[in-house]
Order: sequence, then C-alpha cells, then structure tokens
Amino acid sequence: MTDTPTTTRRGFIRAGIAAGGALAAAGTAAGTAARAGTPDPLITEVQDWASGFGDPVDATPYGMPIEFESHVVRRNVEWLTESPVSSINFTPIHALEGTITPQGCAFERHHSGAIELAKPDYRLMVNGLVDRPLVFTFEDLLRFPRHITTAFCECAANGGMEWGGAQLEGCQFTQGMIHNMEYTGVRLRDILAEAGVQAAGKWVYAEGADASSNGRSIPLEKALDDVMVALFANGEALRKEHGYPVRLVVPGWEGNMWVKWLRRVAVYDQAVESREETSKYTDLMADGTARKWTWVMDAKSVITSPSPQVPIRHGRGPLVISGLAWSGLGRIVRVDVSRDGGASWESARISGEALPKALTRFHLDIDWDGSEMLLQSRAIDETGYVQPNKDALRAIRGVNNVYHNNAIQTWWVKPDGEVENVEIA
Amino acid sequence: MSRSPETLLAGALALMISAGGGVAEPLGLGRAALPEEIAAWDVAVLPDGTGLRPGSGDVATGEEVFAEQCAACHGEFAEGIDSWPALAGGIDSLTDPRPVKTVGSYWPHLSTVWDYVHRSMPFGGAQTLSVDDTYAITAYILYSNGLVEDDFVLSDANFLEVVLPNHAGFVVDDREATEYPLFRAEPCMSDCRWPATVTKRAVDLNVTPEDPDGRPAGTIPAITLAAAGGAAAPEAAAAEPAAPAGPDPALVAAGEAAFKKCAACHKVGEGAKDGTGPALNAMVGAPAGAVEGFRYSKPLLEAAAAGLVWDEASLDAFLENPKGFMKGTKMAFAGLKKPEERAAIIAYLQSLGP
Repeated sequence: MTDTPTTTRRGFIRAGIAAGGALAAAGTAAGTAARAGTPDPLITEVQDWASGFGDPVDATPYGMPIEFESHVVRRNVEWLTESPVSSINFTPIHALEGTITPQGCAFERHHSGAIELAKPDYRLMVNGLVDRPLVFTFEDLLRFPRHITTAFCECAANGGMEWGGAQLEGCQFTQGMIHNMEYTGVRLRDILAEAGVQAAGKWVYAEGADASSNGRSIPLEKALDDVMVALFANGEALRKEHGYPVRLVVPGWEGNMWVKWLRRVAVYDQAVESREETSKYTDLMADGTARKWTWVMDAKSVITSPSPQVPIRHGRGPLVISGLAWSGLGRIVRVDVSRDGGASWESARISGEALPKALTRFHLDIDWDGSEMLLQSRAIDETGYVQPNKDALRAIRGVNNVYHNNAIQTWWVKPDGEVENVEIA
Repeated sequence: MSRSPETLLAGALALMISAGGGVAEPLGLGRAALPEEIAAWDVAVLPDGTGLRPGSGDVATGEEVFAEQCAACHGEFAEGIDSWPALAGGIDSLTDPRPVKTVGSYWPHLSTVWDYVHRSMPFGGAQTLSVDDTYAITAYILYSNGLVEDDFVLSDANFLEVVLPNHAGFVVDDREATEYPLFRAEPCMSDCRWPATVTKRAVDLNVTPEDPDGRPAGTIPAITLAAAGGAAAPEAAAAEPAAPAGPDPALVAAGEAAFKKCAACHKVGEGAKDGTGPALNAMVGAPAGAVEGFRYSKPLLEAAAAGLVWDEASLDAFLENPKGFMKGTKMAFAGLKKPEERAAIIAYLQSLGP
C-alpha cells in the first residue's frame, strides 16, 4: 500500500480543482489551484435535486443510512476466531462523532450466535437464595418502574491484540470493541426485591437464553447498585444482536457481564466460577498467576480522527483532533493530547456532557503545520486515575494478559497526512 | 405478599448504597417459579458441588462420547484442532511466551468443566448430553491431562476429591493496590521524556483487513473521490457476464448468508482446503465421502460404499438432522430446522464450482 497515498493524493488534487473552492482555506497547493479555477458548476448550474422531487415520505418505513455512508459498518478480523457464531466484530468508531453509538453499527460479541427470541416467548426466572422464586414475562417487566442510564459497554479484550506490539491499522480494530447507548429498563434491585434476597445471598448469577448461556457472577452489592435490566436502547427496542428483547447493563464493568437474552438471575452464596469467569476473562500475569474478577474497565481514551482509517486529506492549517474517553470508575474530568509522543501535553476540550461510566467526546482544534506528529491522548477520571502507557502496563502485567489493555495509543501522522498505528521508545 | 426480615435487610442494603434512589416495595409482579421449571433452568454447578446431578461416567465411555461429540473441534486427545480450544496439555506453560491454557494447565475448578459441557456443549448442539455422558466426558478430559488413570470413574460422590493443578493459581483483582496508586500520580505536562522514535509499526505485520485499494478496511473515502466512485458503479454492473442457468440467485444469496453457520468447519471456493469438515465445492450430485484425503466417519464411508449420493433429497435429510440421518457422523452440528434455510444452503452449494 506504499504507493497508494501518492495516487490518492493526485486524484484528490484533481477532484479538488473540479469541485472548486471548498479547500481554499487550507492554503495548500490544491487550495490555491482551486481558488484560481473556474466557477463551480455545482453552484452556477441548477442541479436535479434543486429542481425536481426527492423521495416521498414512507419511501423507507424504517430508514437506513444513506448509501454514501456504506463504509461505516461493523467489521471483523477473520483470523481472530474459528467460527463466526462465536466471534466479535468492531464498531466503526473512527467514522462516528458525538458519544451515542447507533445500534446498527455497535460491535457484536456472540458466543453461540445472535438468537431470535420473541417477546411472547420471553421468560425471566429469579431463583436461588430468595424468598419467592419467580418467573416474569416481558409484559411484567414493562410494569416495573422504568429508568434511563447511558453507559459504555467495552469488551474486556478490547485492544487485546496490541499487547505485544502495534498490530492492527485503525481504531475500529484497536479500540472498537466498545459502544455507548442510552438504555431504558428496570433496576435489577427492583426485580430482586420482588423475589426477596435472603441474608445468605452474596452473589447474583446472570445467564442468557442462548446456547452458550454466557453466565456471569456479579457481587450482590453491584447488582443492588446500578445494574439495569434493559428493554430499550437509544430509544428503540434492543436489536437482536444486542440481546432482544432483554439484556443486562452493568455500567463500568466488562462487556462479557452484560448478559444478552437474559433468562435467569440466581442468588447464590458464592461465585459460580463459570467458564466465562475462569478459563476466559481472567488476566494471566507474567509470573503465571492470573487475576480473576477483574470487572472494572479502567480509564482509557483514543483519538478517532485523525487515525489510520481517517488520514488528513486537507493539508496544513486548521485540523480538528477528535476522540473518545471513558472510565469504569466514574466521570472523565480531563483528556490531554500530545503531538510529540508524550514529551509535552495540552488539555483538550470536553465536548458535551461527561456522564459517569459513559463515552465522553473530546476535541482539540489545532493549526497543523504539516509536520510529522506522534499523536497520543490520555484520559483522567474523577478518581485521579491517569491512563497509563503500554510499557507501564507491561511492567506490571507482562504481555500475555489478553484483557484490560487500556494503554495510551500512538498514531504516527506523516507530512502527507497518512496515519499509522505504531509503538515508540 | 409478606416481606420477610431478609427482604428488609436486602432493601436496607440497597438504600444504603444508593443515595437518593428509592427502595422498591414489592409490586406483586411475576408468578411463582415451579419446581419443575427451576430444575429445568437452574443447571448451574458451583465449585462446592452445589447443583451437581447424581450420576457417573468412566474414562473409556468418555473417550467414545468425546470422539463422537467433541473431537471434531477439540481433537481426539483434547489437544484442540486449529484454533479451537485445547482442553489438555500446556501444564507448566503459563509463564511461556505462548502459554497454553487448558483444563489441566489453567482452569481452577472441575465444576466449571461439568457445568459448561452439560450446559453449552457440544457447539451447535447444547443441552443434548446426558448427565452420565457429561461425567464420562469430564473423566476423559481429566485422563487426557494425565490427572487420572484409565480406569477412573467420576461421579457425584467423588467429584469434590478432584483438585485441578492450577486451583491456587488465581488472585482476586488487586489493581486497587498494585496499579491505582501508581497511576494516580499528577501527570507530567512538559519535558516529560526524550524525543520519541518509532519502534514498531502495525503495517509491518500486515494483518489488518483491507479495502480493495489496499487501505485499512473502512477508511473514510475522500469526499471528492466518493462521487467518482458512484459514477463508476454502472460500468462494473455492465461488465458482469450474463447469468448462467442455475439455482435462483436470491436463494443462492440467502444460502451464502446461512452458510456462515457451516463455515467454521467447511471451507468453500477456490483453493478451499479441508478443515474440521471436508471442503464442499461441487458436492451436490457427487457421491458421498468423495473428498480425497478427508478422514470421514466409518458410517459415512459405509453409506458411500453402499452408493449414497448427495442429491437434494439426501442433503436435505442430512442437514435437517445429521445424527438422525447418519448415526455416528463426525458432524457435530445440531441441524437446520427450517426447510427454507436448508433449500437455500443446498442452492448455494449447487452454485459452487469444483
């Protein structure tokens, strides 16, 4: 791909001339040429869309993004897994802005495929150390007090391919096992109160209706705190791939615990130590021991633009650096950006509201002089935790940890605007 | 519904940890879960043996069941085929550059094995193993790891006597003590380090999915080039050859999508190699067991010798219920219940050349 940038850039300049003055402000060779060009026919000539009709209402009873955005899709990395029904794909975070992830392009992780479970067939059982083992229908869940919460869901393995070194080109692949939605549903504690948790109950075990069941143990304290049994996401029903009709939302904690197609919540006096919390989702340390119950997702950030899938095409001048930050321990209070690989830092703007345990957008507006940059961002949360660099994490955990890689990402921005995923020393 | 003291206690706890959040009074929603229902759904087995069902299984039976139900992915000796999980071996490898995490080398509890095999295996046919077969498979996995002798019988009575080698290998998350104090220092803002140099580049590994132009998949198109791409589309359509007579293209497309369920084991297309299952090019109308070099099950070879041909009818019956159609097949897949899905997959297979 080394010769691609040249070709693309030439095409870009040609097109720039044809399209007229859109780039004039950039002050590049292309911009200058465009400024000296002929009037833009898109402006001087009446276009079809400015004269005839567009689509009538109802052309698409449920709309999809316009065809020009067809590159903004979930993508997978086929060599990662043996089977597409027990696999993962990645959110196109490089192409999204703001903080809410549309369901249709939010990453999927299934352990035995996304099942089709209709509301009439839905049952939720609550049993174990409770006074009254109960069964709820979907209709029953709609009659509980309803709450709203916005939360990020990040796979514990997000960035797991990058422990040993820079491996994948683009934040979709290096940080894209994450999404952020506004959920509406029922507090788990309200459902548990219905059944009556007994004094001996210390853990809640949640499992799904799919073949994998993906059961996870959650300490009762968390279950009674902010865990939600979600029925809606981003204002509509959960999509099939996100657990329709009911999923668990466990704010700030690893995505594997957000059990989809939730069918049973059981109260026990101990952790079940299921497959997903022993053989997987445990963090192997350099000395051969492993950490278990590593639920919290520590503070992390990434610059989504520019990034390898979003090269700078406008040349020097005003450049918007845009990124995401999040913390499983609370709110993001500050994000710093470095252009020189961490030698010096400046604080970015937090755009919009910084909600606890939710994606937070940051922007930094710079005047790029066209020189090389080693771009980094670091998140700081309300507990004072500062996102570490990869060497600091490796010094503690080694390189076979797999999970919970929240290290600072480095993008190498070259003078031609192309961007690479690199490690530095 | 009366509120027990325990309920009040739990409610009080909820109140303590959720400042401002109200404590719910029971609303009387839901209905009592019946014992039969709880028995059907609460199949979890806990480390102390809670939930374990009465029964037993020996290594020899386990070897047979494993060969039929598990070996297609996990290998005859539980060594794991391709990237499917290895269940045996890897002992003392946890500090190696490439650790092998198996039941013998990594898993802390035998209950996890029993629970997961019984609840979620075999892949594509979960909840079809009997209690005794689950004990037998678990016993065989222990044997494959060299942890028991070949005459070992595992049962609910001796289950808790088995302690896995890495039982003590886990520590509860200690980041709060080992990491947070380090990472809560005031961060440096200037002159923080020597000028950085690039030491590793992802492009050198070249493992990222790519767009047709060689850029990382999903690269944002240049805004001015996007229009040019749109104009080129009709050209590409015109270049398409006239469709040859064959299966309905819509059905083929549906079959290609449905084939994802098969693709883990069966490869198709140019240069497709045998995987866990044989490659499936040009197989519709061909005699059964005809892919050279693939190690078919004995029943399939016998059927092939008796003249079985994979025509639409036989494929349909096989795909609906693999084990019903051919007892002893290596295909662990549970089958496709929907006739239209089977028809689509058969159409897709018909569309594949040699």
